[in-house]
Amino acid sequence: MRRATVTIDRLRRRDGRKKPRIPADDSSCPACGSHYSEDEMRRNLRVCTSCGHHFRVGGRERLDQLAGGATWRELWPELRAGDPLKFTDLEPYTKRVDKAESKGLTEAIIVTDLNIGRQPCVAAAMDFGYLGGSMGSVVGEKLYRACDRAAERHVPLVVVSASGGARMQEGVLALMQMAKSVVAFEILQDAAVPTIVILAHPTTGGVWASFAALGDVTYAEPGALISFSGPRVIEQTTREKLAPDFGRAETQLSNGQVDDVVDRRELNDRLERVMRIVSRESTPEPALAVQWAQDGASRAQRAAQALPRFSKRVVDRFRREDPTE
Amino acid sequence: MSTSAGDAMRRLGNALNASEPQSADQIWEIVQLARHQDRPYPLDYIPRLFTDFEELRGDRLYGDDPAIVAGIARYHDEPIAVIGQQKGRDTQERTHRNFGMPGPEGYRKAMRVMAFAEKIGAPVVTLIDTPGAFPGADAEERGQGGAIATSIRTMLRLSVPTVAIVIGEGSSGGALAIGVADRVMMLENSTYSVISPEGASAILWRDASKSKLAAAAFQPTAANCYRWGIVESVIPEPEGGAHRDHDEAAKLLDRYLIRAVRELREIPDLARRRQRHARFRRIGSHRELALADSASVMSGQVEDLT
Repeated sequence: MRRATVTIDRLRRRDGRKKPRIPADDSSCPACGSHYSEDEMRRNLRVCTSCGHHFRVGGRERLDQLAGGATWRELWPELRAGDPLKFTDLEPYTKRVDKAESKGLTEAIIVTDLNIGRQPCVAAAMDFGYLGGSMGSVVGEKLYRACDRAAERHVPLVVVSASGGARMQEGVLALMQMAKSVVAFEILQDAAVPTIVILAHPTTGGVWASFAALGDVTYAEPGALISFSGPRVIEQTTREKLAPDFGRAETQLSNGQVDDVVDRRELNDRLERVMRIVSRESTPEPALAVQWAQDGASRAQRAAQALPRFSKRVVDRFRREDPTE
Repeated sequence: MSTSAGDAMRRLGNALNASEPQSADQIWEIVQLARHQDRPYPLDYIPRLFTDFEELRGDRLYGDDPAIVAGIARYHDEPIAVIGQQKGRDTQERTHRNFGMPGPEGYRKAMRVMAFAEKIGAPVVTLIDTPGAFPGADAEERGQGGAIATSIRTMLRLSVPTVAIVIGEGSSGGALAIGVADRVMMLENSTYSVISPEGASAILWRDASKSKLAAAAFQPTAANCYRWGIVESVIPEPEGGAHRDHDEAAKLLDRYLIRAVRELREIPDLARRRQRHARFRRIGSHRELALADSASVMSGQVEDLT
């Protein structure tokens, strides 16, 4: 009897070792092994229908998902990475950039005006496929412009982060983009515009230590790695073995670092819901303010007093140009 | 001005205006100097710069982090708040100070002291010297990323004058967390970079022995950071490096610090805060492609019109 038990245990252990390893490519699920065609993948929002594993989504496809099939126009695609340090590691930085651009990507973040459901917003999605989604000068600049735009339009900012951190090839300039991205979020603080951050896999390093941690509402995707230092670095430095769920979205939820872990298939509804809750019907539109300003300077002044700070300058400009003043 | 200080400034001025880029060996020497074990740390500078330093401990949320030293003091007959990253000199102190790698408690303590400075209208001076924020599972659990992010935000929101000085090595977000100030300065032989040469060598070259190569690629020296507009001034050190003469190093630092504080006091609070935002908004370097018709660049089919 006893011998039989031992044998079974051994068999099991051997079995466990022999378990075939599934190649981690883009079309087969690393968790359950289900295989999908590219078409199915897009249709399923890159979520495994049998086990719910979330695959990585590129920036463009992410915005397609958020737009729900509507077309959108990329803002500021002309901004491209420079090479301030003339940086070369195993290959030159410019070559890495060319390679990434040849995949059809403009930079590690894509910004657009969007309607999620019926709620308008400025949306930015990071793309891990472009140099690990790293934050360089262009990401900082685009984020800044996105925040500026959200403040001007007085619509929420939605950012989907997927990044390894600051872009090392831009050295200390990339580090400073952390500060720049926080300055950008401060525009929205002053303009009283809500920010929603969705943490996709992975959000680490300088991105998690700057704007990604500063959303008013912060959601994480299931299984996403969210940590400042990568697990490998921690294991090397502290020589402690980390639990497999270290830094995962679910762990960070219990650590109090995110508001919820949201399934990608429910993401649009959740975002729309949040934006609907915080929306203010009574907020005057800047375009409307312009119309009022044309009607008369004194009326514009009254309107300006009632307006939030962001649109005052629109009115001011009209007042200056008004010859009757 | 004493002759030695004048000499030091002249020597540094020549070095900063040199047209020749620094060689890999020069950069590596500076990296070594920045981490010299006799180099003055915040607790060496503080008694030489300020009088009546009173250390404040704990973040009032979880614990105290000895890797960050924070407190209040008198500086030229005015109150001031000082926050610095403290490494240790011997093995025991190094372990105690966690090699100058702060955890979330350290940054939250810093924010608490900044809030106090804001309340009493005292300038905030930060002394940066860290290989990076501490990479540990417990630090992550308590929100290392969020602590750094809110520290950056807190510094941006302060209405009092702020000065950040890199006195040794300033690496990664762990350094930037207390480096978002009105004036940022670096000591002559200090470094400021996105990551330590060792970390970069392990990640980019996948080989821990390429630190020297990594340092040459990152060019993290004060002269370069000055050239890129990351820092406003470079503070000269005594001949041979700050570790040779702590008193002289503090005296030189004092000259630059007092001038910066006096200049900043002259600017109205709101304007100063706006300038601080604009200062960090400007930093960056990118190309701008001339797109023939940006309206035609539709989703998913961006044309590269280079």
